[in-house]
Amino acid sequence: MEILGLYNYFVFAVLLMIGLYCILARTNIIKSLIGLSIFQGAVFLLYISMDKRDGGTAPIIPTDAPADIIYANPLPQVLILTAIVVGISTTALGLAVAVRIREAYGTIEEDKIQEMDREQ
Amino acid sequence: MITIVFSLFLLTMLVLVAVAILRTDNLFTAVMLSGIFSLLMAANFFVLDAADVALTEAVIGAGISTVLFLGALALTAEKDRSPPVGSFVPLLSATALGGLIIYAVMQAPRLGDPNAVVHNHVAPWYLEKTPELIDVPNVVTAVLASFRGYDTLGEVYVVFIACMGVMALLGRVRPRRDSIELTEYEERSRNLRHHLIPRTVGKMLVPFIVLFGLYVQFHGDFGPGGGFQAGGLIAAGVILYSLLEGDWRGRELVPEWFSSLLVALGALLYAAVGVACMLKGGHFLNYSVLFDDPIKGQHVGILLVELGVGMTVTGVMITVFHAFARRGVR
Repeated sequence: MEILGLYNYFVFAVLLMIGLYCILARTNIIKSLIGLSIFQGAVFLLYISMDKRDGGTAPIIPTDAPADIIYANPLPQVLILTAIVVGISTTALGLAVAVRIREAYGTIEEDKIQEMDREQ
Repeated sequence: MITIVFSLFLLTMLVLVAVAILRTDNLFTAVMLSGIFSLLMAANFFVLDAADVALTEAVIGAGISTVLFLGALALTAEKDRSPPVGSFVPLLSATALGGLIIYAVMQAPRLGDPNAVVHNHVAPWYLEKTPELIDVPNVVTAVLASFRGYDTLGEVYVVFIACMGVMALLGRVRPRRDSIELTEYEERSRNLRHHLIPRTVGKMLVPFIVLFGLYVQFHGDFGPGGGFQAGGLIAAGVILYSLLEGDWRGRELVPEWFSSLLVALGALLYAAVGVACMLKGGHFLNYSVLFDDPIKGQHVGILLVELGVGMTVTGVMITVFHAFARRGVR
């Protein structure tokens, strides 16, 4: 059971590895951006895993609630909630840059773009 | 027990989908899989008691992000033509990072441990004081909009600036005659109007999505939800309509000037509430001074601030979608 309690963190580590590998090994810009969002998702998972408490529930306190309800930790949730929206905005900016690169170079492969830059 | 089995299944599926994304060289497949990845992530968040975050991830990650990626794919390339990896550097650095993190998490408190440091520092204070100081049931909303209102203000402006960046890169959308007069073929290829079933079912869903978005916006104090989720939902409804009917029809529904106006007005409304608090003699974003009764001040302040967040997020998502969609016409 001790290992099962750490399973979330192992998945976090594996997703982080996959995301980083995808960014480094692929030269396609869109693929790198997808890798970046996997990496980002891994970090979200780490934070949200921290908020869980045994026997707990979502941190919404009903009126006249009994005092013995256990609530999950709201702080990581607030952090990640806003991070998701900021994440999509920055991804959109990255995609816009990719579109402009494609219009300027005719490709979104980093190695081909570098070749073209060297030839000039 | 069943929760544990379910969450193990979801986490394993996450890893499998991530591996599939890495392996495919068809970018369309990769984008679709990343939508599934987000949906699985949302289910995971829900199992981990984070209802607000699950809603956000489902709307933004699985919904809007997928559409934006597809919009960008239509303007770039469909295939990933990366050459086979020649060096060991990526694999080596990824393995090194993974090994280091696994070594580090071996000492982490196990999932759900009530004695973990994170549960015994400031978190109990927020849970205890929210009913007394803010008096809204959803603690996440209370922390987001009131206790940590500065952070959220900053994040709204980050979203705002990112939107300006996209508009600067892809061009402010101007109505151009030549782009509106499409040939019949182009018109058919740019919407789903000739697909009867998606069109009928999809159009039926649009008003309900927008209605649910409004509910999430104004019920965010009491249940899971708030401006970020509502903004995403309403934008998703408009984007769905644009996909079904063609993006210029979407622009007729929500004109470009209106969505840009929403972006600016939402951000301004948030900051204006902060300034109003200062004029009333309190600190920036301290809503308690807005009315004689501090609790009422908090309620009104949170409502207005969440409205500002919702307006900005709706506007940004619609504007960014149209920026990509419009680029394709040229």
